[in-house]
Amino acid sequence: MNKKNNWLNILSLSFIIIWLILASVPFLWTLWGSFKVEADFFSKQDWRNAIFGVRTLVETGGIFTLNGYKGAWIQEEFWRAALNTGIVTVSVVTISLTLGTLGGYALARSGFRYAFWILIAALIFRAMPHITLVSGYLLPFFELGLWGHLSTTIVVLVAINQPFTLWMLHSFFSTIPKDLDESAMVDGCTRFQAFRHVIIPVMWPGVITTGLFSFLLAYNDFAITALLLTETNQTMVPKIAGFLGSAQEQGNVMFAVAAVVSATVPLFMLVMFFQRQIVSGLTAGAVKG
Amino acid sequence: MPHHTFFKFIWPSALAMLIFIALPIVSISIQSFFIEHEKVLVVVENCTPFGCKKETRVDIEASKVLEEEKPLGRFNWFGTYTNRNHLAFSELNQAWKESQNFNDFLGEVFNLPFYKALSFTLSYTFIVTPLVIIIGFFIALAVNRLPSFFKGPTIFICLLPMIITPLIGSLVLFWMIDAEGIIGSLLQIIFDDQNLSLKASPTLTWVMLFVYGVWHHAPFAFVVFYAGLQTIPRDALESAMIDGANRWEQTRYVIIPHLMPLAVFISLIQLMDNFRVFEPIVGFNAQASATSLSWLIYNDFRSGDGDMLFGSAAATSILTIIGISILMTPVIVRTWSANKPVIGAR
Repeated sequence: MNKKNNWLNILSLSFIIIWLILASVPFLWTLWGSFKVEADFFSKQDWRNAIFGVRTLVETGGIFTLNGYKGAWIQEEFWRAALNTGIVTVSVVTISLTLGTLGGYALARSGFRYAFWILIAALIFRAMPHITLVSGYLLPFFELGLWGHLSTTIVVLVAINQPFTLWMLHSFFSTIPKDLDESAMVDGCTRFQAFRHVIIPVMWPGVITTGLFSFLLAYNDFAITALLLTETNQTMVPKIAGFLGSAQEQGNVMFAVAAVVSATVPLFMLVMFFQRQIVSGLTAGAVKG
Repeated sequence: MPHHTFFKFIWPSALAMLIFIALPIVSISIQSFFIEHEKVLVVVENCTPFGCKKETRVDIEASKVLEEEKPLGRFNWFGTYTNRNHLAFSELNQAWKESQNFNDFLGEVFNLPFYKALSFTLSYTFIVTPLVIIIGFFIALAVNRLPSFFKGPTIFICLLPMIITPLIGSLVLFWMIDAEGIIGSLLQIIFDDQNLSLKASPTLTWVMLFVYGVWHHAPFAFVVFYAGLQTIPRDALESAMIDGANRWEQTRYVIIPHLMPLAVFISLIQLMDNFRVFEPIVGFNAQASATSLSWLIYNDFRSGDGDMLFGSAAATSILTIIGISILMTPVIVRTWSANKPVIGAR
């Protein structure tokens, strides 16, 4: 019995170690390589060059170089894209949560049949591939002169985010006992006051979790931002895709590598600080859904 | 909650979804019946000392006026749907007549853009989804056995491939797998083939994209299963143990049935997400051997000299939406029949 268990333990341990290597090494490798020159990161002669930076030493005089970062952030003005991403994500998260908490609360408390149908409709909307919707926006946006602005993109991202936000907040609101807002209303609150002063304060964990996922959707989006924004107000992800086209020809792949690492840093922070909320958010949808 | 209060709370959210999700679906269905105007041609007489020649030119001004008057283009009915870039009926017919055997025919069919994209999209969806569920399940079992001190850091690392931007994640892998990257050159040494390149071979490109898909989505399944494992009632496991069930039997008869609803949930989300596969194709620069339906739509807006093929993109979009509806129907019906009594009772 014990011998068998040992084998099982070794098997499961080695499986998890292999998975952890697969999950982490690509990031570490790219982070390390972003401080090297291209001849090292994509070394044809010897893969160890990428670790020890042989060519980097020859070309720049040091083992580490900031050339990739300088090229991306200063020469190619990646800071502009970073700023745009900041504006887009902050606005999307704020607006999504405002609309979503109102809607999710109503859906959780309605008790009528149509609330269920709205949720099913939201589920169907959630299934629509984003780019099919974008192909519906482009022509009207061109005609109305709305194309290319950050604000248009923000509104579109908020709307695309709504189905998911509604589902998630609906399941969080459903866990809060009805008595809470009803007793507040007996005490003389209006429905909105009960919502604002009684329910929202106990809902913060759910709101934060949902906000994290709205953030991820806005931050990670490529299909919408790539097609709805002009080149001057691009966000980070389409900008990186742009590097691949233009920079690769000029031999500046390292710009893209540096930009990729820069764009990954906020995501790492997010997981580091909000790991528990992300895990609880993923399961909230599952347990109720 | 009375109807009017409900309405007051829901309207901003409902309006946003109506305008930006429901209306665009209407808008693409209209667009798909139209096609770009033909360029207005004029015949100009060009006279030189050696005589006069008649030349046909594009009247740019008149074309522009026409475009401004009718931005949708001209009415094309189902023309866009049936042309070579979409359902390609006449090409299919011809291939059927001319090909010697069935394999020949399939080869012809998968050369047509739409069928090529459809075959990859479906393969991706139906290979990645089950693998994600299986691998996520095993990671969850393995993490659950770890001493609790290691669980936090392990979960942290496990989450990374999932939260990473899809385009960035695929680039990070691509730079390693590329012929000049570390894994690519390692493979060249192992197989002793200097020209071995994952990009050059369609099969390897597909495998690479599947690997990326599993890598990116497995953490999601892991997290959901892991949380599910925490809710398994102790006494069920213990009574199974007392009855003499070994570890495998406990897993098979207690754990898996308990996690089954979660597996349904994961496959629902995964079907939606994998059917829209798009970013990895851009990241891996794989369009020569693998395209997806979403990529086709993107390409319609990118190809040509700034000319956006609205009609073509809209037709592909409609076909994509039909595709996802077919995939989702069984799952939605299931969710609906499972949830009906609960919500009705509320």
